Amino acid sequence: MISWFLTSIGVLVGSGIAAWTVGRTRLSTVLGASGAVLACTIGGAASLHVLVSGASQTLRLPWHLPLASLTIEIDPLSAFFLLPTFLISALAAVYGAGYLGAAAGQPERTGGAHWLWFNLLLASMAIVIAARNGVLFLMAWELMTITSYALVTTRHERSEVRHAGRIYLVAAHVGTAFLLVMFLLLGDRGSLDFDTFGAAGSRAAFASNLIFLLAVLGFGVKAGFVPLHVWLPEAHPAAPSHVSAVMSGIMIKLGIYGLLRVLPFLGEPPLWWGWLLVLVGLVSGILGVLYALAQHELKRLLAYHSVENIGIIAMGMGLGLIGITRGSGLLAAFGFGAALFHVLNHAIFKALLFLCAGAVIRETGSGEIEHLGGLLKRMPWTAAAFLIGSVAISGLPPLNGFVSEFLLFLGAIHAVVAPRLPVAIAGVTLIGGLALIGGLAAACFAKAFGIVFLGAPRGNEVERARDAGGLMRAPMLILALACAAVGIASPWILPLVARVLPAIAGARIAMEPEVASAGRSLMGVTLTAAAFLAWMAAFAILRTLILRGRERRVAVTWDCGYARPTPRMQYTASSFAQPILDLFAPLLGTRVAFMKPRGLFPARSSLETATPDTFRERVFRPLFGEMDRFLARFRRIQEGRVQIYVLYIAATLLLLLGYQLMRNP
Amino acid sequence: MSPAGLVPVAGAVLLAPLFLGIIHRTKALFAGRSGPPLFQIYFDAIKLLRKGCVYSGATSWVFRLAPIVAPAAALTAFLLLPQGGFPALVSFPGDFVLFVFLLGTARFLTVLAALDTGSSFEGMGASREAAFSALAEPALLLCLAVAVRESGHLSLSGLVGSVTGAEWQRAGPALALTAVSLLAILLAENARIPVDDPNTHLELTMIHEVMVLDHGGPDLGFILWGQALKLWVMGALVVGMFLPGRTGSPWLDGAVFLAGMLALAVVIGTVESTIARLRMTRVPQFLVGAGAFAVMALALVMR
Repeated sequence: MISWFLTSIGVLVGSGIAAWTVGRTRLSTVLGASGAVLACTIGGAASLHVLVSGASQTLRLPWHLPLASLTIEIDPLSAFFLLPTFLISALAAVYGAGYLGAAAGQPERTGGAHWLWFNLLLASMAIVIAARNGVLFLMAWELMTITSYALVTTRHERSEVRHAGRIYLVAAHVGTAFLLVMFLLLGDRGSLDFDTFGAAGSRAAFASNLIFLLAVLGFGVKAGFVPLHVWLPEAHPAAPSHVSAVMSGIMIKLGIYGLLRVLPFLGEPPLWWGWLLVLVGLVSGILGVLYALAQHELKRLLAYHSVENIGIIAMGMGLGLIGITRGSGLLAAFGFGAALFHVLNHAIFKALLFLCAGAVIRETGSGEIEHLGGLLKRMPWTAAAFLIGSVAISGLPPLNGFVSEFLLFLGAIHAVVAPRLPVAIAGVTLIGGLALIGGLAAACFAKAFGIVFLGAPRGNEVERARDAGGLMRAPMLILALACAAVGIASPWILPLVARVLPAIAGARIAMEPEVASAGRSLMGVTLTAAAFLAWMAAFAILRTLILRGRERRVAVTWDCGYARPTPRMQYTASSFAQPILDLFAPLLGTRVAFMKPRGLFPARSSLETATPDTFRERVFRPLFGEMDRFLARFRRIQEGRVQIYVLYIAATLLLLLGYQLMRNP
Repeated sequence: MSPAGLVPVAGAVLLAPLFLGIIHRTKALFAGRSGPPLFQIYFDAIKLLRKGCVYSGATSWVFRLAPIVAPAAALTAFLLLPQGGFPALVSFPGDFVLFVFLLGTARFLTVLAALDTGSSFEGMGASREAAFSALAEPALLLCLAVAVRESGHLSLSGLVGSVTGAEWQRAGPALALTAVSLLAILLAENARIPVDDPNTHLELTMIHEVMVLDHGGPDLGFILWGQALKLWVMGALVVGMFLPGRTGSPWLDGAVFLAGMLALAVVIGTVESTIARLRMTRVPQFLVGAGAFAVMALALVMR
């Protein structure tokens, strides 16, 4: 099966290069996209095989680089992340072929190079997941960053896109710096092969703690933990939508994957690791959804929701860690199980939502929520898909988002009845936090779907919009169906999730009975959801029967007797979100510029609100400013003459020589 | 699953509008009016079911979906909730989370239907509903967490009926705090005074009523019935969780339960008659207060 995986990587690289050489033609799109689909089918089959059979596949080749070896392995954990990677990537490639081609009246702007970068991004993500050597991992990780940077800056003629790309590149490299140190500390036994990390002897507690913190920071940048999330709301709106779907659906999850991969190497976790992840998750979840509510741009709103969902995943991991610390298979199984399930679910519904947003932006030329409206009648398929994605991401039954959040709730409920107080408090914190996040997410997506797709059009662009074509529509519908299928079939998907758990929590904690009990609860959810759907069908039929033969009239919306309603009188997204934003104003720092109508004959008035990211404005900008000022002092020694630099090198060598001589005379 | 479980579901479907009737009669008594007949909601619903329909040209299928989802969600919630001595049809650990979020799905679609009309009034109501329920939901789940911690049961079937007279003596303060908090959430979630006034006549001051302003005919009938069902199901949760006394005979327990529901309706009517409605900006404080009560109760039971 490992040969299948290598074939898939080979097809990705080969088709990418082929598409590139063909240049800016329709053929490059065909080559690139079909290569991606073929590779993803092969790779997906390989990872499904591993996940179902549970047997890991390994390949080990020597590599002539210090500390490096070409070791790749597909175990259930890797397979669990590879499966959505290949699924979402294939659908995104199909969508991309429709999205990039023949943009209404424009020539093909992005050709071969785009597909080279896209397919290389897919290949690098797959290698990151399969790599079992630090050097290989970091190289693939960097390749992933660079290719995705190239994709984010596809529309580099716009200055805001270049700006977003720069923020992304800086953030990604800061993250990698942490990871580099982390791997060096992990490899203190002289090898960077993963199988040597956890094995012989135990590490000092200090070293383990340090490695854990570096992992949270380094992987947290990619995943988007608050306050390391600042690149997400910049990069996602700048990228083409199918790239956003891959980045948000899959790439940020590789941060989660990295954390899950590294955790077992670190031995027995102290309690505060779990608490740290619970709190990071809580803060990411609540601030993510609040910032999302404050946004006026559709893809930026979705990007902040990625922060929220990564927060939910982190909460699950935190609960799982607390479970491991306390030796409770129950909490470990529910925490990590919920986190993994949510990784899968978020990949599906977030990719779906980004694809729908892309269709809207492509048709109307704008992601500004306040300028849209009434799109449901013009883009019925996209609207239906977006509604399904909205219900799913809000964690509402009967779709898939509810299932994973339910598992996390269930884990938290088990924690609440635990005799130990700290565990019980963690459970209560999770319940309160998750419920708040759920309610706010529902409000946010009521705003996003309601203002964009419902009501009457607020601008002329909307009037001309038509629904997405077949290549774009099919991936959206498949993902929407997947949301419903995973939601209903969750009891049968749970065993696949459970297969991954021993790799994370170690074999010493028994989890089979817990997984079985979770399965029974999920079966209850499925049964109830089926009853819910049946009731809905019953009421629909009842109404049809009642209304048969009766009068059906179309009138105007009740307008209090006002004779000339206009679309501009509709409620706006800003006004919809205002009560919640007012409530949390201290956390958000929304800037309001309000020019009131004044005087006896008021003429001009305006209202503008903007919610820039507090962490970017108040933390990172001052921080980097200070660093810049501090480092400027050292410019004196960097003065540009090569001869001087050679002198530095010679002096350093002399010093080291002298040091060695003094130590071993 | 047992067929006896269908008895309380059918009972609730039939009796839910009467619950509202009792609230209205109580309010009329306080105001010295004779008030509408006890069965007025039935008359209204039947009248509406016999009408045709009028839809706004701005609306789409989302607008027509909401009146179906709302009663369906409330009816599904009944499957999880034991009433009186009758067991729930479906029961599993954590089922109360599903209970809460089923009502959330109904609310989500009601909010969308309001936005579908393109009316500012309905947008305003939708916005308020979304904001207030985002605060009410955590408070409700925290209240249920108190009961979980106190009783050790993880499903509604265990939670309902777990509170006995002895339990009230042992953990009285915590239970009382939770009961008050749940009652506050019940009032807020069901558009009652002091959060929302179902009888107000000005669109600007409404929350729930304004969201369904454009619904008419059978759709409005479904919505009315759904509202009554939601009030009943949440009331049954409160009564079931806090009413001590279990005899073991389902019919006798059923009678006790109905007496509890009657008392709850009178309590709600009394609250509505004696408390003024809160200013809209005060509602979040009311809900956060309910959440704070739940947290205090948790602190008491977690000692």
